[in-house]
Amino acid sequence: MSQTSSSLMGFVHRRRRGAELFLLVLALTVGIGAYAAVGIGVEGKVPADIVGYGGWLAALVIAAHVVIRFVAPYADPVLLPVVAALNGLGLAVIHRLDLAKEAAGDFHGYAQQQLTWMTLGLALFVAALLALRDHRNLQRFTYTSGLAAIVLLLLPMLPGIGKSVYGARIWIHVGPFNFQPGEVAKVLLVITFAGYLVLHRDALALAGRRVAFVDLPRGRDLGPILAMWLVSLGILVFQRDLGSSLLFFGLFLVMLYVATERPGWLIVGALMFAGGATAAYYLFPHVTERFDIWLHPFDYYGKNGDQAFQPVEAQFGMGWGGLIGRGFGDGDPNRVPFAESDFIIAAIGEELGLTAVIAVILLYGLIVERALRTALICRDGFGKLVSVGLGSIFALQVFVVVGGVTSLIPLTGLTTPFLSYGGSSLIANWVIVAILLRISDQARRPAPQLSDDTTAISDDATQVVRLGRLP
Amino acid sequence: MNKPIRTISIFCLLLFLALMLNATYLQYWKAGELNDDPQNRRVLVASYSRERGAILVGNKPVAQSVESDDEYKFQRTYPKPMIYAPLTGWFSYYSATGIEQTRNDVLSGDDSRLFVTKLVDLLSNDPTKGGNVKLTIDPAAQEAAYRGLSALGPRTQGSVVALEPNTGKILAMVSLPTYDPNKLASHDLGSVQDTFDRLDGDPTQPLLNRAIQTRLPPGSTFKVVTAAAAIDKGLYTAGDDVPGGVTYQLPLTRGSTGLIDNEGRSCGANGSKIPFTQAMEQSCNTTFAQLAGQVGAEDMAKTAEGFGFNSHYFDDLTPQAESVFPTDIDEAQLGQTGFGQFDVSATPLQMAMVAAGLANGGSVMRPYLVDEEQSADLDVIQKTDPQELSQAVSASTASEVTKLMVSTVDNGTASPAAIPGIAVAGKTGTAQAGQTDRSPYAWFISFAPAENPRVAVAVMIQNADIPRSEIAGGMLGGPIAKAVMEAVIK
Repeated sequence: MSQTSSSLMGFVHRRRRGAELFLLVLALTVGIGAYAAVGIGVEGKVPADIVGYGGWLAALVIAAHVVIRFVAPYADPVLLPVVAALNGLGLAVIHRLDLAKEAAGDFHGYAQQQLTWMTLGLALFVAALLALRDHRNLQRFTYTSGLAAIVLLLLPMLPGIGKSVYGARIWIHVGPFNFQPGEVAKVLLVITFAGYLVLHRDALALAGRRVAFVDLPRGRDLGPILAMWLVSLGILVFQRDLGSSLLFFGLFLVMLYVATERPGWLIVGALMFAGGATAAYYLFPHVTERFDIWLHPFDYYGKNGDQAFQPVEAQFGMGWGGLIGRGFGDGDPNRVPFAESDFIIAAIGEELGLTAVIAVILLYGLIVERALRTALICRDGFGKLVSVGLGSIFALQVFVVVGGVTSLIPLTGLTTPFLSYGGSSLIANWVIVAILLRISDQARRPAPQLSDDTTAISDDATQVVRLGRLP
Repeated sequence: MNKPIRTISIFCLLLFLALMLNATYLQYWKAGELNDDPQNRRVLVASYSRERGAILVGNKPVAQSVESDDEYKFQRTYPKPMIYAPLTGWFSYYSATGIEQTRNDVLSGDDSRLFVTKLVDLLSNDPTKGGNVKLTIDPAAQEAAYRGLSALGPRTQGSVVALEPNTGKILAMVSLPTYDPNKLASHDLGSVQDTFDRLDGDPTQPLLNRAIQTRLPPGSTFKVVTAAAAIDKGLYTAGDDVPGGVTYQLPLTRGSTGLIDNEGRSCGANGSKIPFTQAMEQSCNTTFAQLAGQVGAEDMAKTAEGFGFNSHYFDDLTPQAESVFPTDIDEAQLGQTGFGQFDVSATPLQMAMVAAGLANGGSVMRPYLVDEEQSADLDVIQKTDPQELSQAVSASTASEVTKLMVSTVDNGTASPAAIPGIAVAGKTGTAQAGQTDRSPYAWFISFAPAENPRVAVAVMIQNADIPRSEIAGGMLGGPIAKAVMEAVIK
């Protein structure tokens, strides 16, 4: 028994920190190169601050790399470079949009702020890696983080600090700071779901009825899924945030399915989503409108308050970009409102072309793949669930926002992870990566060598102990 | 838990595949359609900011892009705006017309035949430059036509078209009133909109290219078609006598409504015969009404359609109005068509084609305005080859009709177009507008030299500052046609 198990578990992951460093250099080339290309394309010269900017970017990611070398030596070597490349590209595109806004007399300095947020995000990333030496410690905070998530989600509803921005009530304003608590809530929710499900998976999976080849869960076990359904509907109704409600509900479904291994949950959930979405379509005018604009954007373009302006301009921009794009400075990405946040993919599509859009989607695909791979090799259920949850959040969020911008699905407001301008999202995503790296470090680390002693003990334990004849 | 994780992986893979497929659809397959969408401002601004090619007449530009120091980088200018406006059209932020519209691909540099140039520009990091479009216009003829027509007064509405008979090249095309395209190409978008609204609302329709878009009854100029049909059918030759008469009662009619006369011109007594030349020289309505009856509706229509009536043949500018020879008519109406009345209507271009067809031995060439398309480096990428539209009448018929028309210039109503030392063939026309309170339309068609024609002209005057009684095709149109022919021949 111990022989086969040790030969199975005998495969030892290499640390691959050198590979990570090499990939990081490539990622920096993307980030700094894009920044230089923006300068050349828009202003005709390499930006004067390229050395300072490049140096700062390099210092940030190299620092992250060094920390990983020391505290998480077995962590996945691909995640950090992919994320660094996306963040660097996002900074360059935001800088390019800044220049366009400046030319139009509307300068915000979003890129500078985003760099600050990135610095803060990396600081939290390092802090998370240092503080969290074993991801299983997070399991202790199952209910705490659940409570925190709900509080965070409710905060924007509070009068005084909550604020409705372009129809969605998902922002809180405290003093000079604006914050989107939903972004942090999604990390907390993953931990809560994972902690809850890893304890209750057997109960959820055990009982059920088989109806037409589908294992349906028992009515009483529907409790959590019903609660989640209500929460996402609540977000949809009260905060008018289609994207987040879709994200949270999808996340919970995926984690439930992975924990229980019962596809029935997926079917129940999908039906509930379909029901909820249909009801929302008929009950809420803004949902109806979003859906109609998605189906017939050109009918709405230029009419009725120009609700379709943003998606149609995004389509025009991406079509204008074509296969290889117009090049930095030769497009007009600023025509799309919020090109620096939700619609940054449209800006990339216009100036860098389909090639860059596919590259970005593949980079996101890589992040998801690394997260799911970590889940596969992780040795504990909690870690598996957290990695699957974080990976799925990425996949769903990218699908919802990129699909929305490219008119594959109706438009909902969500940020594009690591690319979009926005502090809450950037920081939350850096913390997600830290957690993923921590789990992958644990998963890839060689199994603790317990065999010699335990073998002896267990061999002893199987000996028949003669107690002597009973009287 | 690994099995569901694998399922989820497949699911995520499908999500990402869907995103990539959709992005490819959007940016590759749908891109062309999106870029062609007239609401797409990006494409407009880009083409507006590009160095468009020039529209050339001779070797001089009549439309060109010059550098400007505002956000659009280039300003479209028209050095001779009023003369060439109906041809160049305008290129504004909002719309384009004329050659600017029909040859936009070449001018903007988007044409696939400019691919190599574009690639070189891309590699050398030069902005794309548009190609040039060279017109068939003879600048001397164009200016003579414009001068002649505008000499009739500031309120003149009319048009002159000159063709090269053996190729179909348009040597001159003038339409009045005209407008200044520079004002519509301005970067001051507010004033562009105001100017456009004013021109568009003007009752004299300055934005109309009357040469191809205004259809009017051609009146007596159509008699050459009737004559050609009669001769081609073998009924007469130029030397024969034809039926004359002071008045002629149209078949199926009684009394004054169907009674036609010659407004006092000498056309013989009722029931007599007069020489064909006299009938043409004096523009005898009574004669040609009878000839049309003899030819028959079917053959009249066949000959008219041979010259281009009832068909579409011109795409260099849009839209071309189709000239009309009515079908399904009774004998009284047929008689009226014989002298270009009833529902017969023609554009000035059409009447120029009638003259050019007779000048070219009965062979009507397809009219064209664009001679060459060139790359920005002046390499010719396309040269238009002359094309025959149809053989309207036989060569001998054409030469017989030419004799009649030369005689009309030498001895008859078309004498104002006579050029000393050169045989000129011509025919006048004065068509009723249908309402008595409106001035009649004056027409004139001619070609020269008669034995080896190099230019055919049609002049149409829809309205001018001239007393109603003085309007006659020969008096008004003859000198203009003469000036245009002289400009080409000399």
